[in-house]
Amino acid sequence: MAVSPASEALALEPARAGSRRIPLWLTQLTRRRITLIGLVIMVITLTVGVLAPVIAGSPTHMDVKSRLSKPGAAHWFGTDDVGRDVYSRVVYGARLSLMVGSAVVLFSFVFGMTAGLVAGYYRALDNPVMRVMDGLMAFPAIILAIALMASLGPSVTNVIVAIGVVYTPRVARVVRGSVLVVRETSYVEAARALGASDLALVGRHIVPNCLSPVIVQGSFVFAAAVLTEAALSFLGVGVPPYVPSWGNILSEGRLYIQQAPWLVLYPGAAIMLTILGLNLFGDGLRDVLDPKIRGLQGDRQRAA
Amino acid sequence: MSIKTYVLRRLLALIPVAIVVATVAFVLIHLAPGDPASVIAGPDASPEDIARITQQMGLDRPLPVQLVSWYGRLLQGDLGRSIFLRKPVFDAILDRLEPTLLLTIAATIIAVLIGVPAGVVSARYHNSFADQAFMVVALVGISVPNFLLGLLFVLFFGVWLGWFPVAGYSPLEYGWLGTLRSLVMPAFALGLVQSALIARIARSSMLDVLREQYITAGRAKGLGERAVIYKHALRNALIPTVTIIGISFAILLSGAVVVETVFNIPGLGRLVVSAVLRRDYPVVQGVVLCVAGVYMLINLAVDLSYLVIDPRVKYQ
Repeated sequence: MAVSPASEALALEPARAGSRRIPLWLTQLTRRRITLIGLVIMVITLTVGVLAPVIAGSPTHMDVKSRLSKPGAAHWFGTDDVGRDVYSRVVYGARLSLMVGSAVVLFSFVFGMTAGLVAGYYRALDNPVMRVMDGLMAFPAIILAIALMASLGPSVTNVIVAIGVVYTPRVARVVRGSVLVVRETSYVEAARALGASDLALVGRHIVPNCLSPVIVQGSFVFAAAVLTEAALSFLGVGVPPYVPSWGNILSEGRLYIQQAPWLVLYPGAAIMLTILGLNLFGDGLRDVLDPKIRGLQGDRQRAA
Repeated sequence: MSIKTYVLRRLLALIPVAIVVATVAFVLIHLAPGDPASVIAGPDASPEDIARITQQMGLDRPLPVQLVSWYGRLLQGDLGRSIFLRKPVFDAILDRLEPTLLLTIAATIIAVLIGVPAGVVSARYHNSFADQAFMVVALVGISVPNFLLGLLFVLFFGVWLGWFPVAGYSPLEYGWLGTLRSLVMPAFALGLVQSALIARIARSSMLDVLREQYITAGRAKGLGERAVIYKHALRNALIPTVTIIGISFAILLSGAVVVETVFNIPGLGRLVVSAVLRRDYPVVQGVVLCVAGVYMLINLAVDLSYLVIDPRVKYQ
């Protein structure tokens, strides 16, 4: 289509105005197709989780007459060994995963940021705080989570606390690293010279300038929390058995894998898609917000 | 600083971390709500049982005294006695070590043998179809939890195709062939996920090296592409990759704990999970301490291996 220069300028005008209203990082984020796919998957999971009571039936109702029935019109994803609807359980499982994921991110951010800020800002406290964090990180994630669940006992809150404790030191380490850099910058020095209090310095200058790497870390902590919850529940030491969780469904599915493979396939697909979405989005987020740690270092963060 | 002082300093730095690890393991018992002895004894326990456990574990003494004696026992290598199995925790762990160790080693070999070549080929033919295909597979790979991959293997290769035993473990003493057969699916379930991570790291580290000036110099002086890639680039790209191999072993050890449940393998993972369900805290503490200890030592070994692999590393 031929466009005259004048109409092209006219057509560009609203777009430019629009891009100013949408933050730059958001446009950068959605420009890459693969990140966009991740975002779409995340939005779908979020919608499914939030709308669970609307789009699914009761996840705990037992239709004993139709135990282990195949996927069909009555039960889209089939039923489990006590006749519960697998579709409803998978949908409510998304709700639980989202809840655990966001609560763990919140928990590890609150405690991890506090520890990281204290360690990075007050040099005298750096060593003691970070040694404790190192000690917690000396445990492999899943092992520490299992151990904490052993003493806390099975409940959704305790799963959140256990996984939160596991990921707090990882957040603390990232925050401390950024604080150490930011506190030496000239604008912090200038604010200090102007007589700003510690609280004002940290709250107004240091925290906002440390946020990017922490937000990037957040998407990976979310993915790790969803995975760890599923693993704990699969092992039987996570959320109580009556709570519909992807790990719980898989744990029952393992016992009936010969008669009812749908008990493994549907929750499995749900976990894979959710984690894939989070990983795709997280990679994109990292490239936009924290271009210094592309590829190699990012994968190392994930490996730890 | 000489190498000796550096190694010594790294060893000394382990001490505070080890103290925190030991303290966390100690706290586990006291974190549970209520009196630890009655929690361990269970809801149906008689007062005599509770008194016996209190006495056996020294729970009637003040907390600081308990903590100090806990450190003392650990220094002597004493992990206590299992309440349920009625034998030393150390023996219970030794009994279950073989399958977990073999599974971890097999998975590490699989992860490295698949991950490193895939990463190198991807970097060598950067942006080619093979590169993009590998990286899409790797991206999906890091999104699958190992226990889910294990369940899918059981379904496809165990139930539907019948190629491998669905579950169980055949100990080495009954012949290594049976052991190998029983470990194929769990080792692949565990190793493949890690190979995806290794491939991504090997690829980006290779791509970094290929941008170096000495690679350009090598090409400029007329070296064949093969010599450039495999003699000059690969050797330098392997430095971060070797680190990852060591860390992979540590990660796979904790992954084995989960995958064992999928295949009903009587290893450390089954031991710790059943101990959690029976509230057998000494066993939970023992397994957690052992795994954390191995994890710490491997991380130390990885750091120290830099000294051998890369002479440019400065000891700081």
